[in-house]
Amino acid sequence: MNPTTNALRAGLRRGVIELRATFTNGQDLWTYFFPTVVLLIAVFWMRGSTVPGTDFSLGARTLPSALGMGLLFGGLLGLANQLVIDREDGTLLRAKAIPDGMLGYLVGKIVLVSAVALIGVVIQLTPGLFFLDGLRLGDPGAWLTLAWVVPLGLVATLPLGAVIGSLIENPRNMGLVVMPIFGLIALSGIFYPINGLPGWLQGVAQVFPLYWLGLGMRSALLPGDLAAVELGGSWRHLETVGVLGAWAVLGLVLAPVVLRRMARRESGSRVAARRERAMQRVG
Amino acid sequence: MRYGAVDVLHGVDLTARRGEVVALLGPNGAGKTTTIEILEGFRLPSAGTVRVLGSDPARGDERWRARLGVVLQSWRDHGKWRVRELLAHLGDFYAPYGTDRIPRPWPVDELLETVGLTAHAGSRVSRLSGGQRRRLDVAVGIVGRPELLFLDEPTVGFDPAARREFHELVHRLADLDETTIVLTTHDLAEAEKLADRILILAGGRIIAEGSPDQLARRVAGDAEVRWTRDGERYVHATPDATAFLRDLLREHGDRIGELEVRRASLEDAYLALVHEEETGIRTGRAERVWQQEADR
Repeated sequence: MNPTTNALRAGLRRGVIELRATFTNGQDLWTYFFPTVVLLIAVFWMRGSTVPGTDFSLGARTLPSALGMGLLFGGLLGLANQLVIDREDGTLLRAKAIPDGMLGYLVGKIVLVSAVALIGVVIQLTPGLFFLDGLRLGDPGAWLTLAWVVPLGLVATLPLGAVIGSLIENPRNMGLVVMPIFGLIALSGIFYPINGLPGWLQGVAQVFPLYWLGLGMRSALLPGDLAAVELGGSWRHLETVGVLGAWAVLGLVLAPVVLRRMARRESGSRVAARRERAMQRVG
Repeated sequence: MRYGAVDVLHGVDLTARRGEVVALLGPNGAGKTTTIEILEGFRLPSAGTVRVLGSDPARGDERWRARLGVVLQSWRDHGKWRVRELLAHLGDFYAPYGTDRIPRPWPVDELLETVGLTAHAGSRVSRLSGGQRRRLDVAVGIVGRPELLFLDEPTVGFDPAARREFHELVHRLADLDETTIVLTTHDLAEAEKLADRILILAGGRIIAEGSPDQLARRVAGDAEVRWTRDGERYVHATPDATAFLRDLLREHGDRIGELEVRRASLEDAYLALVHEEETGIRTGRAERVWQQEADR
């Protein structure tokens, strides 16, 4: 068999094996359910509130927005985290030591991280069926929109995760990425519409993928007339594809370069040195 | 090889033939790992030429990589995987690189048997003991039936039984499968047991090279003779202690007392070297032992 095809298949199997492992330990299971718990608490606090200018439940608006945020967390932070951890424990170096191993490794990670993100979406969606009114879950059109928003969201966020994961060597520095993302959440209208923010802040929010991930998910799951209270009074699908597509292209151009540079520098003594530092942190 | 302004390896000349076991022996910090990482293609030398299986490791392609096996010093990866699962998965990558002469990968059951992990095939990697984990590392290193295998400090943390089993495995790989093996160790006894050829590294230089036998004979050449004559102590170093003693006794006869002849063993010489490296006090004495012999 052609080595590349062989490595792609091995990578696919790798993703499935690692995915299976996530169902068998408490820490990974908690990661699946944690966002849902946060979401339920948020929705509980919002009970009785409505989206400004409508009588639509604010909680029901928050659910799809949070799903968009989940894609960013899952795709970007998920992959970045995996890369940082796998570099520290030597998984990446192992991949480098076997033929076509890096290709297989990367395919495996993409499969794993995407699957985990999708499972996360489904888990968060489920309580919405029982607690929230007004979501268009029975409408085939909603699923059709999800079918392009979710993959596009992952393609926009995964390569960025690969870039960030390659640049960060110390797991503790992941905070440098997480903090700005929290700022971005407030700015991007995940938990509350941003119509009231100054125009320039709205502009800033719309440069980043998070706003569009939330908007795309809302466009799929909320009734059509809620588009009226979004910026520009529409779901702006064209712009969503444009901005998320631009981030995807940027990521896909940068990721191979940065990944290759990172992988080239990996060696046994670097892994050992990192381990030494990790031990000092623990000790 | 250079870190910043400090050269950590100088003029390391090393050639290994097929089926040969070469040991890089030296104290910590001697440059063993650096040497092996250059050969593995994980690190670029600042100068010099390196050919491994006919290619420059810095430019080695996947086909080249498939012919190598690598066992590094410390692995902690794939903790959530099961032993058999991991070996089967990593073996899959080698399948397209099999040849008529060398079918790849090594069948998993046979491999588990070879490294003595059959009973742990279903265990999680993170649950293995240190010695089992190391055997798994070796299994991963040889799953692709490498023509050239690098082992970096392979037996650190082994108990004596595991060490002996591992030594048998190395002999088997070299003798039956004609695998060329380059290993690093700071344990002289291990190098003597395993290697066809030992290269002793200190301060980034090869200070001695030869079969365990040759090295032992070289060092043994210099003996130290001590005696007293008329209550006074004397010490003399000589390559031919027997002849020296004959003359000494013929000349002074009964006046010689407390006669003592000490042959420097390979171990003495190596320990002196390690001591110098570790204390940082380089009297050069240890190195001179090797040097003298090389010049003779």
